Amino acid sequence: MVEVQHVTKRYGSLTAVDDISFSVERGEILGFLGPNGAGKTTTMRILTGFLPATEGRARVAGFDVFERPLEAKRRTGYLPETPPLYPEMTVAEYLRFVAQINGLPSADRRTQVGLAMERTNISDMADRYCGKLSKGYRQRVGLAQAILHNPDVLILDEPTAGLDPRQIIETRRLIAELAGDHTVILSTHILPEVSQTCQRVVIINRGRVVAVDTPDNLTARLQGSQTLYLQIDTQGADALATLEGVDGVAGVTRADTQGEVSGYAIESNQGDDVRRELSRTVVANGWGLLELRPQQMSLEDIFLQLTTDETAADETHPVTVTPEPEADAGEEDGIDE
Amino acid sequence: MSNILALAQKELRAYFVSPMAYALFGFFALLFGWFYVANMNVMLQYSMGQFGQGGPQVVNINEFMIRPLFGNTAIILLMMLPFLTARAYAEEKRSGTMELLLTSPISDVQIIIGKFLGAMALYTMMLGITLVHIGILFWYGDPEWGPIVSGYLGLLLMGGSFISVGLTISSMTKSQMVAGVSTFAVLLLFWMINWVSDGSGTTADTVLSYLSILEHLDDFTKGVIDTSHVTYYVSLIAFGLFLTAKSLDTARWNG
Repeated sequence: MVEVQHVTKRYGSLTAVDDISFSVERGEILGFLGPNGAGKTTTMRILTGFLPATEGRARVAGFDVFERPLEAKRRTGYLPETPPLYPEMTVAEYLRFVAQINGLPSADRRTQVGLAMERTNISDMADRYCGKLSKGYRQRVGLAQAILHNPDVLILDEPTAGLDPRQIIETRRLIAELAGDHTVILSTHILPEVSQTCQRVVIINRGRVVAVDTPDNLTARLQGSQTLYLQIDTQGADALATLEGVDGVAGVTRADTQGEVSGYAIESNQGDDVRRELSRTVVANGWGLLELRPQQMSLEDIFLQLTTDETAADETHPVTVTPEPEADAGEEDGIDE
Repeated sequence: MSNILALAQKELRAYFVSPMAYALFGFFALLFGWFYVANMNVMLQYSMGQFGQGGPQVVNINEFMIRPLFGNTAIILLMMLPFLTARAYAEEKRSGTMELLLTSPISDVQIIIGKFLGAMALYTMMLGITLVHIGILFWYGDPEWGPIVSGYLGLLLMGGSFISVGLTISSMTKSQMVAGVSTFAVLLLFWMINWVSDGSGTTADTVLSYLSILEHLDDFTKGVIDTSHVTYYVSLIAFGLFLTAKSLDTARWNG
């Protein structure tokens, strides 16, 4: 549905996107993960035809975005980083305008606008001016605008930024719902968001793809060793040596101490589950077990790890676990010939 | 086509939702009215023979009042139209809505024409106010309608050129202020460009006077529709729109 082949974007001497290739299948949700300035927005802007690429090709729904921009744009819904609203229009007026410039026949406009407002839960805001909406509502109007013309491909640049937790959950549910008949590409810098919403993740850093995989594989692969967080009440005794002596524990560091309660970060080799052994040891010593949980790897950790991996094997290609579909084998080929 | 109209309509509404349209209309009406009265006074003094022609005269209302009035209108427009076009692209670029337009299935040409038509529609309405003043002249006097029609045509074409230049400049910046001031300066230059000509009839001299944007209006107000003047204005409009297209394209490549 979406194919990106060796796309590069340079601004003068600065390379914002460096030889990126990936593809997305119909109905799939692809997460675009990366720190600020990694090239997520630039890549999305290239896909939506807002920016031309310096090199490479990109196709949306079978249409090359450089050669057949109008055809590609007609099949793309796009929510930019800041929702592109006209403050002087009401929500309904705005959506009608978007319907018009997307070339929806006038008979369908009213129903499509109503449907989009319903799906994004903004029907009660129809007569409010866009300029007076809260950030959360602006975001949702932006989303309504993107899905309005029922596009094949949805490109969402940080769709949950600025929303409150309940709206975030609603938006994620909506995106999951849309994925059935739309292909979704969304960017984010929040890791849990990716694992909850996306079937596949592209991690980019400094304009290059560092990994393409499913969220689960990625987390598993990245955690070479597992880290547990253990909080115990030792009544003042030092537990460090005892904990280090537990079978399978590779290393212990004290994370924090508050009075008689101490927290430890415990590393174990991958595959070894030391939680049973640990809790047994704690209880056997008569300490109070307050907390024992696997420590989530943060996005920062993952990036650190990925970038270090890359420098170690500098000349090799970016880490790709799932073999990418062959570029020319797509069924959409030939449509625009 | 419906894309273009949708955009033109959106532009027009934006003028009326902000106080822009009302400020333009109000002050244009005030200034036009002021010149109207001033020109009428001069005409009346002529007709009463106060310039030593020896007694009351029969004066031609077209020649003594309407023609200078149209000339004055050109100056008002030169000062006001830059503010009409300043926001057109600058504001869209600043607020990020340009991203919506450029990622929608409409071509740059459609955007450019839509915006031009929107601004032209507002300008035409603004000019429409003056029909009231001219109508009063028909009520009390007996002006010829020919030079009036051609004069309005001239004003529309000239205003169109101002708008086209203004839109071009607006498409180059994110700041309305910069767009407005630059447009005003460029138009002023276009007006005064022949002031350095010395009437020597050399090629440079002829070119300079040909370029002057107000010079071409004169024949229209006399009732003459000369194709060379029409060509001048239409070329200027087309050139401005063309430059706008180039400017949008450049902005796209530079991100």
